[in-house]
Amino acid sequence: MSMVEFRDVTKNFGRISVLKNLNLTVEEREILVIIGPSGSGKSTLLRCINGLEEINAGHLLVDGLDVADPNTDISEVRLEAGMVFQQFNLFPHMSARENVAYGPRMARRVSRTAALALADELLVKVGLADRADHYPDQLSGGQQQRVAIARALAVKPCLMLFDEATSALDPELKGEVLAVMRLLAEEGMTMIVVTHEMGFAREVGSRLIFMEDGRVVEDGSPAQLLDNPSSDRLREFLRHVTSPAQTPLMPS
Amino acid sequence: MLFDIDVIWTALPDLLRGAWLTIIITVFGLVGGSILGVVAGVAQVTKIIPLKLIAIAYIALIRGTPLIVQIMFIYFALPLILTIRIDPISAAVCGIAINAGAYIAELVRGALLSVNKGLIEAGLALGVTPFRVLVTVTWPIAFRRMLPSLGNQFIISLKDTAVLIVIGVGELTRRGQEIISSNFRAVEIWSSVAIMYLIMTGCLALLLRFVERRMRTV
Repeated sequence: MSMVEFRDVTKNFGRISVLKNLNLTVEEREILVIIGPSGSGKSTLLRCINGLEEINAGHLLVDGLDVADPNTDISEVRLEAGMVFQQFNLFPHMSARENVAYGPRMARRVSRTAALALADELLVKVGLADRADHYPDQLSGGQQQRVAIARALAVKPCLMLFDEATSALDPELKGEVLAVMRLLAEEGMTMIVVTHEMGFAREVGSRLIFMEDGRVVEDGSPAQLLDNPSSDRLREFLRHVTSPAQTPLMPS
Repeated sequence: MLFDIDVIWTALPDLLRGAWLTIIITVFGLVGGSILGVVAGVAQVTKIIPLKLIAIAYIALIRGTPLIVQIMFIYFALPLILTIRIDPISAAVCGIAINAGAYIAELVRGALLSVNKGLIEAGLALGVTPFRVLVTVTWPIAFRRMLPSLGNQFIISLKDTAVLIVIGVGELTRRGQEIISSNFRAVEIWSSVAIMYLIMTGCLALLLRFVERRMRTV
């Protein structure tokens, strides 16, 4: 069974169509990387999967659960799909350990002791065992994002969604977050990654799609798409992201 | 002699009794007001339209009319409408609670709306129900932010108890006035009354500062 299946999914914000009859299937253990210009619907696609946005038409199945079905408990879907946000969104009034323990305690109803033990385990995994008692404002951006990944993993999802997880980070802090993502990929986690990190896409991604204007324009292996883009639009996009310095500030 | 300290000593037991009643009415009024304020504040940000409308109407009614009218309505008009008897102290506590509740509701609403939506989404994305996210994420953050203005409202409500003089509740201001009507020592008594209010509001302000400092600001 596929992990995620979009069948003719449409999503509108008011009159603007953000996803247009989108069809996409993500298999178990796939590392799907999504690239595309801003406003192309990448983030919306992710947010539809865990029900942060409701789809307007079509069917969307996540691990067999129909997200749009009113009888589906959306919390069930969310327990299957962990999400990591661009702005980390750690709870500022909780320590790193409490942040990670939050999901298991509140959503899985795990005891406090067990949840904190699990949190310690996951903080070791993301390399932050020594920061467990720090509050978010005492952590660097990279550290915060690694705590956020641990927090998402704590409810034991079978799928991880990364919404530009490194875009808000200074270049020297991106590496530590990408390393954790790479580790998850090696462990066989199914991942959907919206990113501008072409190096990560090429090395870790098992499949790459290029989105524009609510549609999937290209779909294939990362190496194939990045080395031999078949559409002009993707070629243009890659030229902009790989060498931004050469992009003129004003259209000539 | 213009200022006779002995007048104060003689009046002090009575004034202290009045101050004690002021404290009692303020405490119960603010407990009630806080409960009303939180309920009406949360109701304003929910998507349940009838609840929202009730909260908006309540706040508009209370903010749009003078406290003194509200107090007199509760004590003199309400018993006629409902054919019940209300003792002055209950009416006083209700009046302060209903009045403070409307202002606190606005503080609660503002603080809840100030919490970053991303944090709420992060909670929801973990499979936590919206109500639990409200209680465990939005509320604790909002509460820390509303503390300074909440303290302000508490002090205002304490001083507002002075208008209860109109329904004959023997709080501090009323006691002062009663003493003056028998001894005509306005300078000593009003000075003492003012200082007593100052001590009470000062203690309240210190207490609120202490609570604020004990919480991490976020």
